[in-house]
Amino acid sequence: MMDDQKMEVAMGHLLRTGVLIAAFVVFIGGVLYLNQNRGPRPDYATFHSVAAGLRSPVGVIKQLPTGDSNAIIQLGLLLLIATPIARVIFAAFGFSAEKDWLYLIISLIVLAVLTYSLLDGH
Amino acid sequence: MNTLEFSSWIFLSSILAGLLGSLTGLGGGVVIVPVLTLLFHIDIRYAIGASLVSVIATSSGAAAAYVREGFSNVRIGMFLEIATTLGALLGAYLTLIVSTHAIGIVFGAVLLYSAYASFRSHSDVAHRQPNPLALRLRLQGSYPAPSGPESYVAQNVPAGFSLMFVAGTLSGLLGIGSGAVKVLAMDQAMHLPFKVSTTTSNFMIGVTAAASAGVYLSRGYISPGLAMPVMLGVLIGSLVGSRILVNAKVKTLRLIFAGVIVLLGIEMIYNSVTGRL
Repeated sequence: MMDDQKMEVAMGHLLRTGVLIAAFVVFIGGVLYLNQNRGPRPDYATFHSVAAGLRSPVGVIKQLPTGDSNAIIQLGLLLLIATPIARVIFAAFGFSAEKDWLYLIISLIVLAVLTYSLLDGH
Repeated sequence: MNTLEFSSWIFLSSILAGLLGSLTGLGGGVVIVPVLTLLFHIDIRYAIGASLVSVIATSSGAAAAYVREGFSNVRIGMFLEIATTLGALLGAYLTLIVSTHAIGIVFGAVLLYSAYASFRSHSDVAHRQPNPLALRLRLQGSYPAPSGPESYVAQNVPAGFSLMFVAGTLSGLLGIGSGAVKVLAMDQAMHLPFKVSTTTSNFMIGVTAAASAGVYLSRGYISPGLAMPVMLGVLIGSLVGSRILVNAKVKTLRLIFAGVIVLLGIEMIYNSVTGRL
């Protein structure tokens, strides 16, 4: 039987591993990015949104095979965004193992909000 | 300035912001956004996009360390995340409607409040009055006190839940973790022990930020070229900061840094009002 403390320790490790993987991917993308962009610094003073292909998980994955460094960085950032989502999924499993149905439902509500945010087009 | 130089300056500033954020306990987001907008003249939407992903990194990265202490409460966190994630969605949508000046002013106000909140005195007294709603929702637990495990029960659940919604909205609107408001909700409204509040808040910050990250991403606020040095820098800075925290006397450091936060807050508000942000 899994108790709360064990569950949290496991979650903590899960999160840290996720962050390290994400940071590594962002770093690789960053090295490529600095290699591919040797010109003057990009202008961030006026907002003109990011290229359409980099604005959704599906778009980023489609763009990966081109070797675009922006897509690799974005993949790392998506992995990062996935770490807290993984935590909620993990907690949902933990609660159902404890037969805590109330908290299983609460976890699923939180998960639904997160999924809506990431997958809906807005 | 070429791209490499620019990225290096952003990276170094982000390390400092992460360091400052973790030493003050305010989180990297509240420091990096003013730095990016005031110092580098970056549009606040790009700034909050980059900040938000770094907030997720620090929250998830520090989780293992916090968990080991045994203070955080997974049920209280999960229950309140319903409020923070819904608030975060609202906040992220608000960035589309609200002017950047207004965002700047709200940001400045939150900075000032956070600086003030970092100096409030805290008691670790556990409240154990049976609260029917809290008990039905299992919002209770125990934490390792010097004299052995102390149990506690949450109070004022609706007030805490509402404040958490506000914390989530601010997080989504400003691209920050809004840990100060989360701690306010748990520590002041729900009368949870301070250590339980801060560690549970850290856990919740990542989930809250993930809820607005989707909206930010699809609106194009998350620019890879900017988010890359910010996220890596803030992560390194806050990891180093948490190491220092264990060893150093932080009282004077806190005082200095709170002063910096106040100045940033005033500058944010001033620049927003005069239309320079």
